[in-house]
Amino acid sequence: MANRNLKINIFRYNPAEPEKKPSMASYPFEELPGLTMFTVLNRIREELDRTLVFDFVCRAAICGSCAMIINGKPRLACKTLTKGLPKEITLLPLPVFKLIGDLSVDTGTWFRHISLKTEAWIHTSAKFDPTAVEERMDNETALRIYEPERCIECGCCIAGCATANIRDDFMGAATINRVARFMVDPRDERTPGQYFDVIGCDEGTFGCMGLMACDNNCPMEIPLQYQLAYVRRKMAAFGLGGWKGTGRTGEPQHHRAGRSAS
Amino acid sequence: MNLQDTIITDVLIIGAGLAGERAAVAARERGLGVTILSMVPPRRSHSTAAQGGMQASLGNSAMGQGDNPDIHFQDTVKGSDWGCDQEVARLFVEAVPIAVRQMSYWGVPWNRVTAGRKTLPDGRVIEDKKEFEGLITARDFGGTAKWRTCYTSDGTGHTLQYTMDSIVIAQGITVHDRTEAIALIHDGGKCLGVVVRCLRTGGLRVYLARATVIASGGYGRLYTASTNAVINEGTGMSLALDTGVVPLGNMEAVQFHPTGMVPVWILITEGARGDGGYLLDKNLYRFMPDYEPNKKELASRDVVSRRMVQHMRKGLGVDSPYGPHLWLDIRHLGAKHINTNLREIANICKNFNGIDPVRDLIPVRPTQHYSMGGVRTDIDGRAYGLKGLFAVGEAACWDLHGFNRLGGNSLAETIVAGMVVGEKIADYALGADLDWAYPLVKDAVRTQEERIAALASCRDGKENVFALKNEMGEVLMNYVGIFRTGEGLQKAVDQLTALYERSAHLGLHAPAVGANPEMTACLRLPGMIRLALCIAVGALARTESRGSHAREDFPKRDDANWLKRTLAYWDPGCLAPRLEYEPVKITSLPPGDRGYGESSTPKV
Repeated sequence: MANRNLKINIFRYNPAEPEKKPSMASYPFEELPGLTMFTVLNRIREELDRTLVFDFVCRAAICGSCAMIINGKPRLACKTLTKGLPKEITLLPLPVFKLIGDLSVDTGTWFRHISLKTEAWIHTSAKFDPTAVEERMDNETALRIYEPERCIECGCCIAGCATANIRDDFMGAATINRVARFMVDPRDERTPGQYFDVIGCDEGTFGCMGLMACDNNCPMEIPLQYQLAYVRRKMAAFGLGGWKGTGRTGEPQHHRAGRSAS
Repeated sequence: MNLQDTIITDVLIIGAGLAGERAAVAARERGLGVTILSMVPPRRSHSTAAQGGMQASLGNSAMGQGDNPDIHFQDTVKGSDWGCDQEVARLFVEAVPIAVRQMSYWGVPWNRVTAGRKTLPDGRVIEDKKEFEGLITARDFGGTAKWRTCYTSDGTGHTLQYTMDSIVIAQGITVHDRTEAIALIHDGGKCLGVVVRCLRTGGLRVYLARATVIASGGYGRLYTASTNAVINEGTGMSLALDTGVVPLGNMEAVQFHPTGMVPVWILITEGARGDGGYLLDKNLYRFMPDYEPNKKELASRDVVSRRMVQHMRKGLGVDSPYGPHLWLDIRHLGAKHINTNLREIANICKNFNGIDPVRDLIPVRPTQHYSMGGVRTDIDGRAYGLKGLFAVGEAACWDLHGFNRLGGNSLAETIVAGMVVGEKIADYALGADLDWAYPLVKDAVRTQEERIAALASCRDGKENVFALKNEMGEVLMNYVGIFRTGEGLQKAVDQLTALYERSAHLGLHAPAVGANPEMTACLRLPGMIRLALCIAVGALARTESRGSHAREDFPKRDDANWLKRTLAYWDPGCLAPRLEYEPVKITSLPPGDRGYGESSTPKV
């Protein structure tokens, strides 16, 4: 069977040259067996257009660098085989994130800001004792933390989210999932009230319209629908005064509980 | 240059992978201002790709009972084929249990011991005791006497990096991502900082610091087939070598991983074999027990890689459009095990090859994986030759790994070196003045501005950067790979020298405003070829076989002449490195047989 002749349409814009309007460029490409968009883009840059800007790091769906819109869907380019796509393939940068050039967007800065905003680290009053054996943890708990921890911050869930596309301040599924990771971690001593402050708001869990494109688009197949529901239920329960939390510091501080989960 | 684009900090760290971030945290905890430079957002660093685990002799799991730092030390020294620094290895094995527990304290969800009897894939029955339940467990990795490799399912590097980075964020450490250090600023005796190119805009900046730390990872991408991320082009090692006064240690020690997946060279973790996977040939025959009756598929990485190449040379490889390969078979582990414990492997097979390891065999071949060599430092992480310069992690030759690194010892090294050397960096920085001469800094910037202008205008020619880079990769694959000969290495040196001369005539084919990716490649390539020459020249000179360095014309280890470390210097204006040697420190374990793998007598 003859190889297909693909037509690759790529969004082009260099912010360093604002006088040149954004445009689409097309490149012919002969398909090979097992071809991924990683090979396609690198060969276009090496052989057809050396100015083309895009991001790859691990090229193995581990690092989350190469998310882009491929024929209308946010996907990791490295793990997108051409085989499953029509002959004409259109590549656009992810929306929501700041454009660096062509297909490259600044997910790094966005996610760093979100980590700071939600204080996405273990909050503990315990001091590390280098002479002590580690604190025990049930293996099931470790695996439950690992499930949301697997997020690679590629931005696919944000780019495909209707709320994030119309509202700059919506924190999106990856953020809520990250908060869920700390909520199930017994080492984190934050109280339900503190989590409510972080995520129990319109920018967070209550801003989600429940369209669940995030769940469909996640290249890591993290069950975002479950994680979002988990956080929302916990926050709603806290709002109604029912959740006592998993942290070790005992009673939650009951503040801002008047905000409803409507 | 203007002072608007000059940034001053106490400790400047080049690279935001695990080693760099751990060192940053150590320095920050001592009250120092820390700035990290990274070519990519920290959480995209190559450290995240380490699937398998981190060795620490906690001795919690059933098969780890009785483990201790002494046994870890012996495994490490033997694994290195007595090429490592034994003082460093001792320091490392004592510190790594603390490092693992601290990462747990900071949030890594290590897999834990579950009590009960378990049947291993080979039929052995083991029992994890109730008293250890909930402590950090370990899996089996090649070249170790005990099960010692701590892990979080198949994403150990990922969870370590995300946890470490969460502490970097919590401590308010500054990270400037999408920046590349392109030259060290120094006066021949002391390092003052770096010239940095912004990968967003293409503009140059100056960073001045009391201490500068190279933590930029390995050089895997010099080779055409490498498991490494595309950013692993040895940039930090190049910076050090280019000073002319800082040597690189043991650059000829290059590790090949037995199981890179054909044809994309994505790593299939050793965990697949640790959990009971087999290697099969074209007749679906399990050949490793014939060569290594005891360790079988879990012999040391260099041994397994060589046995695979040996077996393929007998015509028993599987033919494919991408050359011969072998099969990795994990089907017998079952769907449940594969889709949970080895989920990442299952995903890689499906996504990048369209195969399902529950039903299908995985095509694999030995692939460049790790650089034992790097910026030569002392036990405190201080680079030879320049005060105020440090190196940690894969970028460094500390020298924990000698001529072969054990699986699980590199992630462990990143954290331990960051922790231990981080303190030394802080000690140094707290006692050092920030002192810099404006003319020196201005000259360093001007040199880089001139390089960039020359490339943009094709002043010196129009050599094609991508073509030269591919040629370099092929030369290394063909002549500086798993098996080496004097004749082949001489060819490599000749061809690399010719490529190096041509690289002086690089020019942009498509000039563009901003952070032009072709410019980025042009700025890197000459330094990459210099590294390639250090590897090839060092390998040619070393007329013995040791660890990963296998000379077919000198198949025996030669302790009488070669129990020493190569130091490669690049004198300004020269076409080849200058080699010097230093003795390897043997403190407690004198050279002996490695005990697994007939590595000194390959039968081809």
